[in-house]
Amino acid sequence: MSRSIPVLTVVAVLIGLWYLAVIPMNAKWEYDQAARNDRELAFGEMVALTMNQERPVLPAPHQVLIGLYEQTVGCDAVGRRMCRETTPLTVQGFGQRVVESVSSNRSLIYHGLITLNATLLGFLIGTGGGILLAVAIVYNRATDASVMPWAIASQTIPIIALAPMIIVVLNSIGVAGLVPKAIIAAYLSFFPVVVGMVKGLRAPDAMQLDLMKTYSAGGRDVFLKLRLPMSMPFLFASLKIGIASALVGTIVGELPVQRGGLGVRLLSGSYYGQTIQIWAALFAAAILAASLVGIVGAIERRVLKRMGMAA
Amino acid sequence: MLDVTKDGQGAAGAPVIEAKGLNLTFHTNDGPVHALKDVDLTINKGEFVSFIGPSGCGKTTFLRTIADLEQPTGGSLTVNGMTPEAARKARAYGYVFQAAGLYPWRTIEGNVKLPLQIMGYSKAEQAERAARVLELVELAGFEKKFPWQLSGGMQQRASIARALAFDAEILLMDEPFGALDEIVRDRLNEELLKLWARTQKTIGFVTHSIPEAVYLSTKIVVMSPRPGRITDVIESTLPAERPLDIRDSAEFISIAHRVREGLRAGYEDA
Ligand SMILES: Nc1ncnc2c1ncn2[C@@H]1O[C@H](COP(=O)(O)OP(=O)(O)OP(=O)(O)O)[C@@H](O)[C@H]1O
Ligand SMILES: [Mg+2]
Repeated sequence: MSRSIPVLTVVAVLIGLWYLAVIPMNAKWEYDQAARNDRELAFGEMVALTMNQERPVLPAPHQVLIGLYEQTVGCDAVGRRMCRETTPLTVQGFGQRVVESVSSNRSLIYHGLITLNATLLGFLIGTGGGILLAVAIVYNRATDASVMPWAIASQTIPIIALAPMIIVVLNSIGVAGLVPKAIIAAYLSFFPVVVGMVKGLRAPDAMQLDLMKTYSAGGRDVFLKLRLPMSMPFLFASLKIGIASALVGTIVGELPVQRGGLGVRLLSGSYYGQTIQIWAALFAAAILAASLVGIVGAIERRVLKRMGMAA
Repeated sequence: MLDVTKDGQGAAGAPVIEAKGLNLTFHTNDGPVHALKDVDLTINKGEFVSFIGPSGCGKTTFLRTIADLEQPTGGSLTVNGMTPEAARKARAYGYVFQAAGLYPWRTIEGNVKLPLQIMGYSKAEQAERAARVLELVELAGFEKKFPWQLSGGMQQRASIARALAFDAEILLMDEPFGALDEIVRDRLNEELLKLWARTQKTIGFVTHSIPEAVYLSTKIVVMSPRPGRITDVIESTLPAERPLDIRDSAEFISIAHRVREGLRAGYEDA
């Protein structure tokens, strides 16, 4: 409770600033419009108008909120008939609308699920690959010397330049749909996992390793009973970054393909000047990212608590 | 009990650790460091041997060499008649480091079971042994606690329990009580003596404290630095039964005096 007050204060201030910014950003269009109609525009009237433009330069917060609603369980997403026949205010009606929304290509739920699928697949590939690479780096000096520079170099190439190439190349060998996007997601998420896991697996100090040696423990035991548990806090910190990166990668991977996903909503919104659609898609992506990071964080707390470590 | 310790004190105990002309030089950027020079020492079965000397005289290095954690650069060293490496592989000793070094993600019981799991004891035997050694160091009832929930002294006792769990005949301890206050230390010293009498282990014990060394040991090895070497080996004449107030006896004071003289001589040489 005591923590929610400062948080809510900050949110309120940000929303206030956002509303203030809406006025100058959208004012020009209203003044132009008024001039075209040979009409004087009072300041108060202008402010009211900037808040509800159809294609604002900067949509007002409530417009984005309404957009989010319309494009999930509102009429935009579920179609006119369902809109007339159901209400989102009853559990049953809400359920029906969600079900409809899942298969409507005008819905953020539909596109969000497409993005989520590729994100999760990419995250799994990236995390798995990252952990294996980290193990190879920690246990093999040659890998350390030869792979690490490449891993770092790989992250300096802008993903926005690389993504279309990956998609075109994969397309030409007949791989399309989910997998190319997942590969771009994996490409972004493997790096933080490698860095975190290498650090974590190397975290045991000389004394802890010596202790293992006095038991004449084998490599398997040293790995499973010392290095791996020691690396858990590092792993989870990396996973949180990794899953957010995977989402970004997926969205970038969706831009050139135009076959569904939040990336498509972003791009088609900008083609047609549908700023509210862009912002709604942006917020949907942010909510998705926050939920994914939150889920990883919840797992982290449970695992570390069982390991007696305060998260 | 008295007989057992007597036995360990005399020549009757077979040699367990034998160092002859042992040398160990570390090559550092600032040139060679002679951590051990021409060290000759025999430790017999059942003895309680303390190593005392100023900082940097090679106490830790000697203990680590016995444990095969450092490699000597000259001379010979045998443990149970084997090379230190063979002895380590045969799990001949338990090592207690200066810091307790419990794994924070394991409970106290889990920490004590660590060596047992590595050495492949059955689940039932792990539980039985963990309970027994935790009882021995008076930590029964704390099995499910995590290390950070225990005081420093309790953590150190848990690390001793961990070293005792697998019945190694040799116990090597590097300033195990160094970080503890005087009262706790006294108690743990008493407990350690009882434990030693009960288990008949051979113990190598590093300390900075003269009273601690005299109180615990059957043999006190005085060392001095640069190069690290043994300057005096004192056989204790104290009885096996040692209440804490034995430290006020004339005999105790005279042994302590001899240790202090040995330490001082080492300083003057250097
Ligand atoms: N790994 C190492 N590399 C280089 N020099 C070392 C290493 N370990 C120890 N030394 C040096 O060897 C000498 C003996 O060190 P050692 O740790 O055995 O002393 P100590 O008697 O245990 O001292 P203290 O009472 O401070 O623990 C010191 O001069 C130390 O600097
Ligand atoms: Mg030392």
